[in-house]
Amino acid sequence: MTVFWQILIDGFAISSLYALGATGFALIFGVSGVLNLSHGSLMVAAVVAAWAAGDSLHAGPYTGAAIGVAVGFSLSLLTYFVVVSPLQHTRKIREEEKEIFILTATLLWGIMIQQLIAYFYTDNAKTVAPIVQGVVAIVGVRTPANEIFTAIVCGLAIALLWLLVNRTRAGKAVLAASMNPRGITLLGVELSQVYVAVWAIYGVLVGVAGVLLGMFLGISSYSAGPLTASAFSIVVLGGLGSVPGALIAAYVVGYLETLTAYLISPAYRTIPALLLLVAVMYVRPRGLLGRR
Amino acid sequence: MQPPTTARLLLIGLGAVVVASFLPLWASGYILGLLTIAYYFGVFAMAWDLLFGFAGEVNFGPTFLIGVGAYTAGILDNLYQPPIWLCIAAGTAAAITGGLVLALPALRLRGPYFGLTTLVAVLILQNFIVVDAHLTGGEIGLTVPDVISISDTTNYLIALWFMAISGAILFSLSRSPVGLILQASGQDAVQAGALGFNVTKHKLTAFVISAFFSGLAGSLMVFYLGSASVGTFIDITVGVQIIISAVLGGRRTILGAVLGAIFLIAMSEALRPLGDLSNFIVFGMALIVVLLYPNGFFGLLTRTREDA
Repeated sequence: MTVFWQILIDGFAISSLYALGATGFALIFGVSGVLNLSHGSLMVAAVVAAWAAGDSLHAGPYTGAAIGVAVGFSLSLLTYFVVVSPLQHTRKIREEEKEIFILTATLLWGIMIQQLIAYFYTDNAKTVAPIVQGVVAIVGVRTPANEIFTAIVCGLAIALLWLLVNRTRAGKAVLAASMNPRGITLLGVELSQVYVAVWAIYGVLVGVAGVLLGMFLGISSYSAGPLTASAFSIVVLGGLGSVPGALIAAYVVGYLETLTAYLISPAYRTIPALLLLVAVMYVRPRGLLGRR
Repeated sequence: MQPPTTARLLLIGLGAVVVASFLPLWASGYILGLLTIAYYFGVFAMAWDLLFGFAGEVNFGPTFLIGVGAYTAGILDNLYQPPIWLCIAAGTAAAITGGLVLALPALRLRGPYFGLTTLVAVLILQNFIVVDAHLTGGEIGLTVPDVISISDTTNYLIALWFMAISGAILFSLSRSPVGLILQASGQDAVQAGALGFNVTKHKLTAFVISAFFSGLAGSLMVFYLGSASVGTFIDITVGVQIIISAVLGGRRTILGAVLGAIFLIAMSEALRPLGDLSNFIVFGMALIVVLLYPNGFFGLLTRTREDA
């Protein structure tokens, strides 16, 4: 019985993290049709920044976390202005080929960030000092308080995002742009400003998700690829561009991985989720809640 | 300027290959070894270009086909030591099977969805190789008891002429009616079908051909290196290098992919003293090419056709 609760609690924390990481990814795809393959590298950069702040500047956990989020945020905007935006506006590439060019370019960009991190901070795994320490017993399971903190922060961040998108004017513009980009241009909203707003939101989400992940697990520059892949598969499983779908899928994948790790072997952790993904794509190519 | 004709380009290519055949007379074994790898990479990149540039399939997992071929050949040789040609044939056959498996989702899924399936295929293959360590050597790698030859010159010439023949076949194919139909079905499958072309059959053919060359090149490379590891054949970074080679050289040109591969291998080697920074610079250069010259090296040479 303890194992059951253990899986339930551990799975919840990791799933919440996945959800937070994947929401931003889904948001960008929904609004601008961009799949950002540098996602994992941005998260790793946020982790390493938070770690470096604690390690070499002796910053406290809060300052370190803030620095990590700030780095995620700035890198996200840099990605948009240096890599994505020029490709969206170029005339040298035919429209239908832009998608693959943006994929390739963000992939290259991600590897560049990864290599730079490996060069300056080696590829050893880094852990960020947790903000909340200690252990709490929930229904007989000893749970690190940090796990609960992670789940709460993820929940809050997702709730805030929901409020932002549904209750504010700028947020509604983002939502409208994801439904019909041409329509919102006709209403006099500058599409490129919406894009900047989305990448800014995404940057904060990536930063927060990265820092929390760093408090949870050891993260090295090698983690960039798997992190991108997991965000990508969660978003595809949920339906590209659908934020609620990504949330559901994050919990499905998170629990499936935790179950496999506990009941079969940690070595097979990612395999069932990948197989599930392939199966879903065969049966329902647009994902659980996809529109396209 | 008239765009170069198929025959003329093939002739120029043949000239370059004949000149390159005399390289072992004065180049060191080190240079030859580098170029041998670059030539195999050239074949990988050409096979990828056929799928992406012509059939329009976003394949993020070129290493799935290569890895299946390389590991099948390597494991077979490791277990039973049959003649090398048999291992290579088995590796190629396995890669073709892999190509058919990969082609099934491609017939149903479009764009990024298919791209993800191929990425997942690579991850699954990688997971199985790491987990089934007793058979595959796991993360350490698989040592193969046989090699084709220990002579640098022989290996170099095999790789060179293998690349030349593969290039000639793939290039002629891409400029033949079949290439046109593939291009049409890649751009608009419904219209190509409405014109009476069997899109499914052509796409399957493209996958089989791409898998054939990927698997053959992968198996040959195993018997050149004498080992197979995830890092050299399967890792996503290897796949990215192949894609970059093709894009750098100019997509939809087949021959450009070879230029891209040689450039990429030469640059990584030249910048090796910089350590991790070397990859940073190479990928940075690739990014600049993608952003500023999306048609690649070959696109710069044959610009008239593309800009029309």
